[in-house]
Amino acid sequence: MNIFDLDALLLARMQFAFVVSFHILFPAFTIGLASFLAVIEWRWLRTKNPVYKEIYMLWSKIFAVAFGLGVVSGVVMSYQFGTNWSVFSDKIGSVMGPLLGYEVLTAFFLESSFLGVMLFGWNRVSPRMHFISTCAVAFGTMFSAFWILSANSWMQTPQGFETQADGLFHPTSWIEIVFNPSFPYRFAHMVMAAYLTTAFVIGGIGAWYLWHKKHIPHARIMMGMAALMAVFAAPLQVVIGDLHGLNTLKHQPAKVAAMEGAWETETRAPFHVFALPDQEAETNHYDLKIPGAASLVLTHSLDGEVRGLKSFPKEDRPPVAVVFWSFRIMLAIGFAMVATGIFAAVLYARKKLFDSRLYQLWCMMMTPAGFLAVLAGWFVTEVGRQPWTVYGVLRTADSVSPVLPQHIAFSLVAFFTVYTFVFGFGTYYILRLIGKGPGTRADTFEQHSQVATPFIDPRKEGES
Amino acid sequence: MFSFASFIDLPLIWGGLIATAVLLYVLLDGFDLGIGILFPFAPSHECRDKMMHSIAPFWDGNETWLVLGGGGMFAAFPLAYSIVMPAMYIPVIVMLLCLIFRGVAFEFRFKANTSRPLWDHAFHFGSLGATFMQGTILGAYVQGIRVEGRAFSGGAFDWLSAFSVTCGFALVAGYVLLGATWMIMKAEGPLQAWARRCASYILIFVAIFMGIVSLWVPYLDTGIRGRWFSPEWFWWLLPIPLATMGLFVVLFTALRRGRDIAPFLLTLAIFLMGYIGLVVSLWPSIVPYQVSLWQAAAAPESLSLLLVGAVIMLPVVLGYTGYCYYLFRGKVTNESTY
Repeated sequence: MNIFDLDALLLARMQFAFVVSFHILFPAFTIGLASFLAVIEWRWLRTKNPVYKEIYMLWSKIFAVAFGLGVVSGVVMSYQFGTNWSVFSDKIGSVMGPLLGYEVLTAFFLESSFLGVMLFGWNRVSPRMHFISTCAVAFGTMFSAFWILSANSWMQTPQGFETQADGLFHPTSWIEIVFNPSFPYRFAHMVMAAYLTTAFVIGGIGAWYLWHKKHIPHARIMMGMAALMAVFAAPLQVVIGDLHGLNTLKHQPAKVAAMEGAWETETRAPFHVFALPDQEAETNHYDLKIPGAASLVLTHSLDGEVRGLKSFPKEDRPPVAVVFWSFRIMLAIGFAMVATGIFAAVLYARKKLFDSRLYQLWCMMMTPAGFLAVLAGWFVTEVGRQPWTVYGVLRTADSVSPVLPQHIAFSLVAFFTVYTFVFGFGTYYILRLIGKGPGTRADTFEQHSQVATPFIDPRKEGES
Repeated sequence: MFSFASFIDLPLIWGGLIATAVLLYVLLDGFDLGIGILFPFAPSHECRDKMMHSIAPFWDGNETWLVLGGGGMFAAFPLAYSIVMPAMYIPVIVMLLCLIFRGVAFEFRFKANTSRPLWDHAFHFGSLGATFMQGTILGAYVQGIRVEGRAFSGGAFDWLSAFSVTCGFALVAGYVLLGATWMIMKAEGPLQAWARRCASYILIFVAIFMGIVSLWVPYLDTGIRGRWFSPEWFWWLLPIPLATMGLFVVLFTALRRGRDIAPFLLTLAIFLMGYIGLVVSLWPSIVPYQVSLWQAAAAPESLSLLLVGAVIMLPVVLGYTGYCYYLFRGKVTNESTY
């Protein structure tokens, strides 16, 4: 397949999928990390225990790298709507524009301004003001999630607007637009996902330190806090996810049918553990199923009816296989997180939370779990919304910019190359910071900027 | 559903707000992009570290004004956004890619050992490329965009012209002047002396480019020529070029007299004059010569809701942005930063 032969619509979708998938990794991590840093700094202010300060200094450096990557990939997002989806922007601008405007005004400036104080302000503000700055950044990440998830949810479950004769969407109720039916569920699900993502990263790193018997006081705090999240937040996330699924069943039944891989409408619908959905033949191959389980989960009754994909016109069905498998990946990781919580609780009861090598190994393996689950979850909800950009109202095919496919292909290749390069280095630097670990008190305050910084060829430069 | 449309001209106010956001972006990110362009020419490693430290707390706040400019245009003038972005597809994408490189360089540079020269280059070429593309986009925008119905109807390379490329070079010179005068304000000793030499040198280029662009713009469109040279407007508009010329003279003497802060403020004023000149030329279109502010505006209900947010939030945003600049005031040192 030659990428330069594809049509503009597919290329624009590939590009958006790529840049937004890349971008979401950073907010998913920084939402949780900002709150974590606020808690750590609060503990430091209360206890004056230097271990907290050292943990803060380590993770705030990592936060800075992740936030920087989030900012640069986010600037790209704010222009993608115009460059690749200009018809969509023109039609829904009056409805969705204000939500994005509020995101910039309430969140982006708050985060980026106080991040400067957080990173560079130690000698210039009081500890109290520094703590306020950390909290401001944490609130900024929340406000940002609020507005962008409201906008995304409106595209999933649109209401509070009317379509005018010229095809433009006109807002009729802001309350209905902002608090559209799927928004509360998606917001809770995503914020919880972000917290869990961060918790599993921090827990995994703590486990790695303990495994190597390094930085033990720091590692115990990190692992302990992560275990708390796994014990309490992971099961809660399963409950929120279930409620979110029921909400989707009500408003986007075709998406749920694709998630379940259900072709026929039936009672006692099975849950397909494994299957290869076939969009053309309208059936599943190699089907392994649990009878009645889908009905039980979705309707909370064995005899509940689950609507199948065949009851939707062919042109209104999402790509089934992608949605089906992303959903299973997300579920599997979710339950692995719950299992981590149970494991931790059992160890804690036996007073062995920090001693079990097996648990440490398990936590290390789970380090990237949150990122995978977040990506899989977004694939479920976004691919599951297809073939619509605004569900049931505006088709993806009618949203794309009048730009030549070659240009989209070219920019897609460019984004892919640049992101891979930059992301590779970013990950490498984060891993190196982790490898160095939390410094002793002396290096926390002494900085590394005194190192000579050769540019091009240091031998040619005499003055330094 | 509330709307203020019955008693205020919402598109006009929003045009003013977006124009202000773009101006603030140009002024604020302008100096840090300028630092990036000057970066490899600095006299020593310590100087480069100081240059970086002088902008590290501000750069992502500065870049947020670009998001507000883009996001604000999407929100307030969706039609203009959906015409201009496809028209500028290539330069916008290249600019974004350049901004990625120079943005990550801030973090990566201080964490790299052997790969540090790579991020020094990324910072320099990213800043240079982003600036040149911004100038080119501005030039292409001023030149005009072909529109049919509600969409861009021109070719993929309409943006590329002698005028737009000239604007690209002009903006590079302008941002270098902003960066150099910022460094005069923030540095001492050899770095300051070097920044002063840079500013005096690039000042000449800025003056020449501003002259060329100012004389060229009236020949792009008869409407612009008519406005600047019409009998009823001429005398009212004459102070803009005269004040600009005056500012150049004052800036020149301020540099000669070794002033610290005045050169930066004077450069901001020169940018402001150039910007006012552009606004006068383009008024009242938001897609030059095709679509006016009023035609491109979002629904009055949307503009009203946004206005409530802007009236409350913009002073708050400006307040804490000012607080951050105040906090990191004074000469930059090599004190603990990263």
